Amino acid sequence: MGDLKASRRDAVEVGEGAGFITTRAEDLLAWAQKYSLFMYPYVTACCGMEFMAVTGPRFDFSRFGSEAPRFSPRQSDLLWVVGTITQRQAPVLKRIYEQMAEPKWVLAFGTCAAVGGFYDNYACVPGIDKVIPCDVYVPGCPPRPEAVLDGLMLLQDKIQRGEHSPTTVTPRFDPARHPKLALHQLRRSRG
Amino acid sequence: MAQSLVELICQHFSGAVVATHAEHGDETVVVTPELWHRVAEFLRDEPAASMNMLVDLTAVDYPDRLPRFEVVAHFLSLSLGHRLRLKTRVGGGDGSGAELDTLTDLWASANWMERECFDLFGVVFRSHPDLRRILLYPEFVGHPLRKDYPAERAQPIVPYREVPNIDKLAPFGPDEGMSFGRKTYDLRDRAEVEDDC
Repeated sequence: MGDLKASRRDAVEVGEGAGFITTRAEDLLAWAQKYSLFMYPYVTACCGMEFMAVTGPRFDFSRFGSEAPRFSPRQSDLLWVVGTITQRQAPVLKRIYEQMAEPKWVLAFGTCAAVGGFYDNYACVPGIDKVIPCDVYVPGCPPRPEAVLDGLMLLQDKIQRGEHSPTTVTPRFDPARHPKLALHQLRRSRG
Repeated sequence: MAQSLVELICQHFSGAVVATHAEHGDETVVVTPELWHRVAEFLRDEPAASMNMLVDLTAVDYPDRLPRFEVVAHFLSLSLGHRLRLKTRVGGGDGSGAELDTLTDLWASANWMERECFDLFGVVFRSHPDLRRILLYPEFVGHPLRKDYPAERAQPIVPYREVPNIDKLAPFGPDEGMSFGRKTYDLRDRAEVEDDC
């Protein structure tokens, strides 16, 4: 995760004694863009349930300025690919991506959208990046809402920095490796 | 209950019944492909059978047997509450000659199930009104549920993007993504290492 506060400090400089700020036009534009992501949910599979959880009040990703769904790709700038993409859907996905207006971003939600998951077969696309460029990958089957929020904040960080290389959400800590959680002792006591 | 039905079929089509067996109380009758349609029609129209519902129709590929495919149909009688499984064996070793009469004129539900069977196994149903692929796209070559179709051979409609570092698992590590190559963590060993520290 990038440090959002640090990146904002780079973008907007508050002058001494306040009353005025200085910034660059593209920074201001990026700052505005990252908090007004109009999403296009392309939900195809079981990850959709977790997507609903993220949009719901408990996790509430409206906090990040991205709650407005637009069901026309021409009015949206963040494509959420949620779920398995079959070979037969690939032309549709590609067309939707092409119809979106610039600037546009793509978030692969879940392992299937990211790499195809266990669908290593004739029917499925092994990751949407084989068909369209992808900015953020959120692995998980399905990913926890926290991971999705991490992915969204990662994307906002990328938008602010004007970066276009693909990034992956990684766990902040792996519970299996964490000594304080003492999972290994728990397992040992179970035999 | 369905046992008497099997006997009824054996009486009417004594030459056509190849084998019968019962598994978990479900009776199965294997008939010759020539009489597939006639036996099905008999099952629908005979009052003692009155199979008014075709529950499922699919095929199984046995690459080692000589009539290679086994086409399976499941019937249910809603009025009498009994079931019957009807099978037949078709197809040469290379999958050619797998042809059967369609059941769409008897049960409308056979239409899509026969299309699926044709799509995935390549079994041709004679005088089917609309025998096209139903799940896969028309550009697809071959029938993927045949055992000799390589499981991972994809036939993309949209050509994959030509971008460096976009092989199957990028941007993940080689041990992530696919379940087959996934690492297993031995927690016990790590715990001992941490205890030593």
